[in-house]
Formats: sequence, C-alpha cells, structure tokens
Amino acid sequence: MPAVGATLTRAGKRFLSSLPALFGVLVFTFLLMRVLPGDPAVFFASGPNAGKEEIEVIRKQMGLNKPVPEQLMLYLYDVGRGNLGRSMMTGQMVTKDLRERLPASLELTFTALLIALVTAVPLGVLAALRPGSIIDHGVRFFCALGVCVPTFVSGLLLIYVFYYLLGLAPDPTGRVDIFASLPPRQTGFLLIDFLLAGDVDGWWAAFRQLILPALTMALFVVAPLARITRASMLVSLGSDFVRTARSVGLPWWRIVVTYALRNAILPVITIAGIVFSTMLGANVLVEKVFSWPGVASYALDALLSSDYAPVQGFVLLMATVFVIVNLLVDILYGIADPRVTIG
Amino acid sequence: MTKSLLEMNDLHVTFSTRRGLVEAVRGVTLSLGEGEMLGLVGESGSGKSVTGFAITRLLDAAGRVAAGNIRFRGQDITKISAGDFRHLHGAAMAMIFQNPRAALNPIRAVGDQIADAITAHKRMPRDEARAQALGLLRAVQIRDPEKRMAAYPHELSGGMCQRVMIAMAISCNPALLIADEPTTGLDVTTQKVVMDLLTGIAAERGMATILITHDLGLAARYCRRVVVMEQGRLVEEAEPLRLFRAPKHAYTKRLVAASPTASSRIEDLVPEEDRGREISVLAAPRPARAPGTPPLLEVQKIVKRFDQGAAAVADCSMTSSAGESVGLVGESGSGKSTTSRIICRLIDPSEGEIAFEGQSIGHIPARDFHRSPFRKDIQIVFQDPNDSLNPRFTAFDCIAHPLLRLSGMRPGDVLRQRVEECAQRVGLGLDLLTRFPHQLSGGQKARVGIARAIACRPRLLVLDEPTAALDVSVQAVVLQLLDRLRREDDLAFLFVSHDLNVVRMMCDRTIVLQSGRIVEQGESRAMFDNPKTAYTRELVDAVPHIEPELAAMAT
Amino acid sequence: MTSATLRHAGWILRGNPLTAVAATGVVLLTLIAMFGPWIVPYDPIVSNVSQALMPPSAAHIAGTDQLGRDVFSRLIVAARLDLVIAISAVGISFAIGAVIGAICGYTGGKLDRGVGRFVDVVMAFPLFVLAMAMVAALGNRVENIVIATAIINLPFYIRFARAEVNVRRNVGWVEAARACGDSHLSVVLRFLLPNVLPAMAVQISLNLGWAILNAAGLSFIGLGVKPPTPEWGIMVAEGARFISTGKWWLVAFPGLALMLTVLCFNLLGDGVRDILDPRMRT
Repeated sequence: MPAVGATLTRAGKRFLSSLPALFGVLVFTFLLMRVLPGDPAVFFASGPNAGKEEIEVIRKQMGLNKPVPEQLMLYLYDVGRGNLGRSMMTGQMVTKDLRERLPASLELTFTALLIALVTAVPLGVLAALRPGSIIDHGVRFFCALGVCVPTFVSGLLLIYVFYYLLGLAPDPTGRVDIFASLPPRQTGFLLIDFLLAGDVDGWWAAFRQLILPALTMALFVVAPLARITRASMLVSLGSDFVRTARSVGLPWWRIVVTYALRNAILPVITIAGIVFSTMLGANVLVEKVFSWPGVASYALDALLSSDYAPVQGFVLLMATVFVIVNLLVDILYGIADPRVTIG
Repeated sequence: MTKSLLEMNDLHVTFSTRRGLVEAVRGVTLSLGEGEMLGLVGESGSGKSVTGFAITRLLDAAGRVAAGNIRFRGQDITKISAGDFRHLHGAAMAMIFQNPRAALNPIRAVGDQIADAITAHKRMPRDEARAQALGLLRAVQIRDPEKRMAAYPHELSGGMCQRVMIAMAISCNPALLIADEPTTGLDVTTQKVVMDLLTGIAAERGMATILITHDLGLAARYCRRVVVMEQGRLVEEAEPLRLFRAPKHAYTKRLVAASPTASSRIEDLVPEEDRGREISVLAAPRPARAPGTPPLLEVQKIVKRFDQGAAAVADCSMTSSAGESVGLVGESGSGKSTTSRIICRLIDPSEGEIAFEGQSIGHIPARDFHRSPFRKDIQIVFQDPNDSLNPRFTAFDCIAHPLLRLSGMRPGDVLRQRVEECAQRVGLGLDLLTRFPHQLSGGQKARVGIARAIACRPRLLVLDEPTAALDVSVQAVVLQLLDRLRREDDLAFLFVSHDLNVVRMMCDRTIVLQSGRIVEQGESRAMFDNPKTAYTRELVDAVPHIEPELAAMAT
Repeated sequence: MTSATLRHAGWILRGNPLTAVAATGVVLLTLIAMFGPWIVPYDPIVSNVSQALMPPSAAHIAGTDQLGRDVFSRLIVAARLDLVIAISAVGISFAIGAVIGAICGYTGGKLDRGVGRFVDVVMAFPLFVLAMAMVAALGNRVENIVIATAIINLPFYIRFARAEVNVRRNVGWVEAARACGDSHLSVVLRFLLPNVLPAMAVQISLNLGWAILNAAGLSFIGLGVKPPTPEWGIMVAEGARFISTGKWWLVAFPGLALMLTVLCFNLLGDGVRDILDPRMRT
C-alpha cells in the first residue's frame, strides 16, 4: 500500500492532537481527587482512630499541605512514573490491580464488539438491499427496540431465561466456575490462555461464562451499528458510482461488495469507535450484573466504598484505552479510504 | 440513412411518487442509425435524461417503462431479463454521466475501475485487463497515463474524471454511447476539449452517440441531427441549421430565441408574440453626469488571501459609474465570486481600497457594514435561487426583510404595499407571496431574490451568476427583467458570470479574470469580437458559437 | 402559520400512525408523572412483609417486591422522578449546547478550536464513566445526576449544532441576510438556529431516551437515588438479587417501563423531524 506512510503520519498527528485531551483527563482526575468528599490523608492513616498528628504527618508526606498547582505537578509526576496510588480495599497498588483485571474487561468488550459487528453488518446490508421488505422492517424494528432496552435489564432477563428457565447457561458469576482451575496466566485473556494450555474443557467453560455478558453488551450496540450500516449502504447503493458500475455491466456481487459495501463500511468504522466507547461505559453495568471481575466492577466497588485512587486510575485507563482505540480506527479508516491521506 | 441501431416506439415512462404516478416521458418515437450522432435537447423536466436512462435501463427504482418499446438491433430490450441486460451494459451500450467525479467510485483506483469494466465482459487475467485499461487512458489523452492508473478520482480534475468515465464507457467498444450532460459543470475551455475528444472517439470507433444536453448550441455544434423535447414529448426534429433558421414548433422557437448567441440582443430573447409588458420601458437617455463627480464605485488594488495558499484575488482595480453595467467573467477559481463579495462588503479584502461615491467603505469591517448607511445602496443577487431564500421565510418575509432592517419600516400596510409593489416590479404574482421557497419554481425563486435585492432601491447591484441555475427560457425572462430594472432605476450592475454570451448582452464593459488577476478589460462587444490576450481568445473560442458553424455547414 | 403547522402535524400523524402512538404515549406518561401519586392502588413506600415476593396476580398486577410493596404502584410513582431528571438534564444541555455550538460553527477560528478541544476532552471519557465519576465527586444526590447527565449530553449538542450551522454558514440566504442588514449575531440567532431546530428536535427526543437510560443506569449501580424512593433503575437493582431464583417480575416490569418510555421518545423524535421540516410541507 503506497498510502501506509501517509496513514501513519496521520495517525501520529492524531495521537499528538489527542494528548491535550489526555492531559485534560489527568487534570480532571486530579480535581476529582480534590473535590471528592473526605480527606485522602484520613484514608491513608492507620485507621479511623488515627490521631490528628498522625494525619498531619501523612498530609505532609502526601504533599497535601502544598499549593494546588504544585500538588498537580506532583500528581503528574507520579502518574508519569506509573504510580496511581494504593487502593484501600485491596491494599495493593492500583496499577497492579488494574493490570490484573483489565484483560477480563477487554476480553468481554472485544467479544461483544465482534458479536455485534458480525450480526449488525450483514443485517444492515440485507435490509438495504431490499428496502421495504420484511427483512428491512424486521431489522428496523429490532434496531428501534435494541436501543430502548437498558443493558442491565437485558442482562438480567437473559440470566432469567438461559440460567433459571432453560438451565443452559452456568451460574452467572465471574469468568470461570469457582471450582475450575485457571490456566497459567500468559495474556490474561482466558479464551487464549486456555487454548495455549491446550485445555479444551476449560476453554469451553470459560466460553460459556463469557457468552451471556458478551451477548448482553452486544445487544446494546447491534442496533446503532445495523442502523448506520443500513443507512450508509442505502446511500451507497443509490450513488452515482454504483449506477456507473451498473452501466458498464459489472456482475451483481461485484457491485454490491466492491463498489457499494466497501464505501458503505467507512461510516461504520467511525461509528464502531464511538460504539466501543459506549461499551466501555456499559462495562460498569454488565460487570455488575454478571459479577465479572473486570476493571469497571473494581472501580465501582471502590467508588461505593469511597476509595478514590482506583476510581482515578480507572478513569485514566478508560481514557487511554479510548484514545488508543480511536487511533486504531483512524489507521483502519486511512487504509480503507484513500481520500483522507490527502492534507 | 444507415442501418437502424436503435428504435423507440411510443415510449412512456412513469415514476411512482408520493402524489401518485407521474409520467415523465409521454410517447417518444425516435430512431438512431449505426454510428450516428444525435442531440437530445430539452430543459429540466423535459424527460430527456429519463429517456436516456430508460434505454440503458438505469432508471431509479421508482421509474419504469409503462408502454411502448425500445428495439436495439431489432430486439425489444424492454422485455429482456435483468441478467441478459447486464451483457448489453458496457458491451453494447454505455453511458457517460453528468458530474463525473461522483460517477466514479471514490475509493478505487481509476485503473482498476476501467479494468473492472473490461473484465465484466471478457475473461482475462488481471494484468492483461490493466494493460488494456492503460491503453484506454492513452486513447482518452490523459497525460502520464501510467501514473494515473493508480490515481483516485479526488486526485483528478473534473475534466480528467470525465475522460476516465469515457475510457470506461468505450472499454468494450459498445455500439451505442449515451452521454448525459457530459460537460455540464465543467469550465468552458475544458468543455470544448472533452466534447472534441468524445466526438472524435465516437467517430473513430463508429459508435452511435446520443448527446443529452440542455445547451442547444452544444448540440448544434456536435450533432448532425437534433431532437427537441418538452414535457416528455418530442416536439421537433431537424438538422441544426434548419432548427436555428426556421424553427417550426412554438416551443422550439422560444428555445432558439432564448439561447444567447454572440449576436443576440436582450430584446430578442423572448419571441415577439410572447412578449408582455416586460420590455415596455426603453432606454431612457442617461442624464449627463456633472464633470468631477466621483465614480459610483472605485476599487483599488484589492488583494484577498485566505488562510493558506496563493491569493484568491490579486491586485484587482476597477471602476464603475452610476447606471453602468460591468461584467466580470472567468472560469472557476478565477476569484470572480470572491471579488464580488468583497465589493458587496460581505467579506474583507486583505489589502486595497474600495470607495463608493468617493467615500471609502473598504475600511469598514464586513462585520460592521450592516450598520453602514451604504448597506442599502449595495445589494446582491445570488447564484442558486434554491439556497438563497431562507426555507422558513415566506416570499413576503424575504422581500420585507431588507425593508424592515434597512429602510426602517414597520410591519403594517405601508410595508405590505411596498412589498407588493416590489413583487409586481419583478413580475411575481401577489398570490405567491404567502408561499415558502419550496413551493416556488426556480424562476419564481429567482424573482423573489431579485425583489429582495431591489426593495431598498440600491445604487449598485452585484449579480453573482444570477441565472446559472436556471433553464434558458427562464434565464431569458430573468435577464430581460434585470435589464429593465436597471434602466428604470438607473442601477449599476456588477454582473458575475461564466457565460460570455450573456455578459456580452448584459454588460457595457467586461473584465476578464484569471487566477485572481485581471487579464483584460474593455467595452464588451469590441473585446469579445477582437480579444487582445490569448486567454480571452481561448475563452471566446470555447463558447459554442452557432452562427459560424452554421455558415460553414451551409456552404 | 400556526394553524398551517397544526394542519401539517395532523397530516403527518395520519400518515404515520407510529408517531401518533408515540405522541399519545408521551402524553400519557406526562399525565402519569403529574398525577401518579394520586392514582396508585397501594402506598409505594410502606412495606408489607406478609405479602413479599408475590408473583403478578389480580390484586398486584405486577407482583410485589421483597418488602411486599406493590410493584405497579412503585412503577407509576417513579415516572415523575425519571422524567424530571431526563427533561431537566436535556433541557439544560440543549439550551447551553445549541447556542455555544451555533456560535462556534458560525464564527470558526480560535473560539471554535478552543471549544472543540473541550468537547474532545469530555468525549475522551466513556461518558457513563464520566457521569459516574461526577456524581461521586459532586455528591450522591439527584440534582447531581441531573448535572452529570447534562454535562455528558452537552458535547453532543455542541457538536451537532456546530456541524449543522457550519454547513449553512456560507449558504445564499445567510449571505443575503447579511446583505439585508443583519449582524452576525442576529444571523445566528434569528436565521441559523431556527433552521437547525428541526434536526435538533430529533436529537432532543432521542437524547431524552438516552438520558432516562443513563439516570436509571446510575441509580442501578447505587448512585443518586436512594431506596426506598421508587425509581425504575433502583427497582431493577433490587430485583436483580432475586432473578436467579426466578422472580422475573421485579426486573421485567421496571425494565418494560424504561423500554416503553425510551421507545416513545425515540419514535416521537422521528415524527417531530417530519413535522418541523417545512420541505415536507406541501
């Protein structure tokens, strides 16, 4: 591809331009720490009965007696060194906690995104190929309903049907059965680790745990993806260049795939980035419903027990993941659309 | 006549719309010989393009052939299956479209698109198809064809895209080529090059061609036979010479009269029997100006630079006196629109001075000019009547708007009278005043735009391609209207246009712009009859002049 | 003009029964929100442990919860809180976002870039997480749910208004308004904003649905609304504990209430666009 260089340049520029946004996130999380109710020093003291002097000492240690800008600099310095503080709940460094839990969240999110894409794109294309047909109406009805059902409700109803009524799904708590043995941790993605360990039964068990939460999350985003696929496919099919393709007698599949779909997929790529972001948010709800040991449920537990360092770390992590995903989307888009490499 | 390639018999095409069936083509009978070049001429809504799309079966989903048949090499192609038709597409008949850039797949290299067209009908390895594609790019005279093979449409100019489109259309040597407004939207010089190329290739390869166009002059220049359509019907069929000299049908007469040529005068645009009150005011003798009066408008050395890149307007100076009509011509990118907006004080020049009646107005920022007493003296009529009216305003609101803002009028009977008077002056029926823009025709919208511009009795009217989006018969009426208003109000015009024939008619003096610079200016007729610079000559030559061609044909 | 609008609205509603159904739904919902507390069969707060966890029956058409409270009554009473949160949040963000966005889209330049940066920063968060963090920071109260929801909606309105205004800023009728003596500000407020409104109205309607889902999500995870206040999200959260034992009605009915409400707003959004777009008027 001759455009690879240009695409990388663009991605690099995009990355640089997202740095201010990341900086904004940093400042925000810093303020979050300052604004939040409660004195952090109190939390870090030996216990609720710690004396005033002890708290004062800790305040000094933590730099809380310094002016706010200086505190911000210290905070940025800490973050720069990869120090996000310590969690009160687990007593561990937040970075360590996050690193342990991130694969669970990512495995769930990526699986859900994959399910959503392989369902939504064909549905959208089918609907667009036969506008006004039963398939079209079906897809549109499904889309209209899909955006209306809250994730936490659809998750619970899925549990009711597949666990309570049909008994098909395992107990909806966690990534593996509590009695099952975990594979040696390599990537942290259980599906991959089980495969690497050659443990087919374990893989199947993990897959069965994963499928309901992943479906729940996928259900939530299939609608917007299918809707945009349908809309952009309709635009594409009605465009001048598809008419040109017909006028020179290209075969039907070539018109649909090479001409219409390849153009129609461009907006889908953009929307997929936004969808991914909403999925990161929806993680909080899905992980809670399924007691999924990911970063979101970790942050939520911390938030509800007024343990703010993990919340800070989580927000930062989410923003970083989001920036990275957007970069990937940009690169993909750059490969798919030659026009963007100009200028 | 040669053997017949295509025969249409009483063709009817209907579209199903929200308001029921609409008949776009109502019984067209037509035949075309092998290798013949036929011009299909009509205004918008005449059904000319629909006829073309019906032949190639590329109608929208809502349209269908309701009656009649189309025989291609003796076979009724309205009856054959879609699968069979695919083998005709490209191989036996091909189309060239308006707006070439949109007609090409934006994310596929043009070489691949041509190769796709070839392999659609012939089995061959990809390499061979690409080699043939390269040959076709050479045939359509694209410079540096090897490099262009990998180019995407957005990297090519409109004219280049149209060449690629032609290459695709001829890739499988079809017997019939249908060109739907192939040069509309292209600059006049590009238009000539593309049309010369297209007709050259068609003649060389013996392809029959139907040229669908709104431009009678273009059809007359390139076709041996011209067919005129109006409202889905075929009204006249003749050789161009006869069509121009002795049109028979009333509509053709109107159309021929309305098409501006190098020698037409404003009065001639509408045939005598159709003339209403429109032309009643004759040129009142212009009062002699007292010596020493400053010119109405004096522009000195204005320069406009946008954020980056070269200056859009460089070192432009001009003057205009009261009641004078000055033309501003140039191709796209010549800076004529920018210049007109600077003079109208909608945007600020980067450098230079503008004086109106001797008073400097160039230093007032465009941001504050709405408060200047000169605001009502300089008004503008915009190019596209469709987007120059606020969709949420009725025609009445549109015309009343400047009166409320600039003449300090208040809603009430006085205002109503004034608006109605303006509407009458531009020939807009009073019953139309309550309508919204989408309920008006293009010509009516243009009238509203003009009424709004003259409502406050300006001294200088900037006209930015005021008729470019209109059909020629509507253009003729609007041009006459503008000319009459100018004489009545002793109004000065700054008339921006790409159409030399229109400018020649409408303007006392003309300024030719190229890349933001003035290349030539002078008295209109004299300058066009005898251009001093190469660029002006090129522009003049590119205009399809009918008379010399006709004269050549006659001898 | 207004009578024509009404007639047009009537015409659209006849041609589009779904919009009519959605509009009826929204009216009904509003009535329920206003008069809910007076029409419910049972007290939504007082518990009655002897009646706990009863499946739907003639006496309790949506069953009872773990404290024996009537689920149907709680659903009805909750409508007010859910609607008030959503409407005020969307109202705030619309009013602020539309004006800021329109001005940015029209002027461009430094202001536009600055605001664009801010929008980027806000949108760099997964928005639900942002709302979560803000409610935590500002304090666990209903007002703060409104503020948080308003802030996460704001970037959408700014972007939307900005884009809509930006494509129109060089359109003929905008320049014409300038030539007719309108200032830039007047062009934005009197010309561009009204033309952008139909598209915005659709956005408002869709956002109302989204805001309801967000607020319910926040209270589902235990932020904002506190028990025993009846609210759909919290009712689902309370019912979640019993789903594994088959007490489906605790989740299904509040879920259904949420779904129908959001559905009504979404369908209405599409209908509103047709009504407000004058090009559809003939």
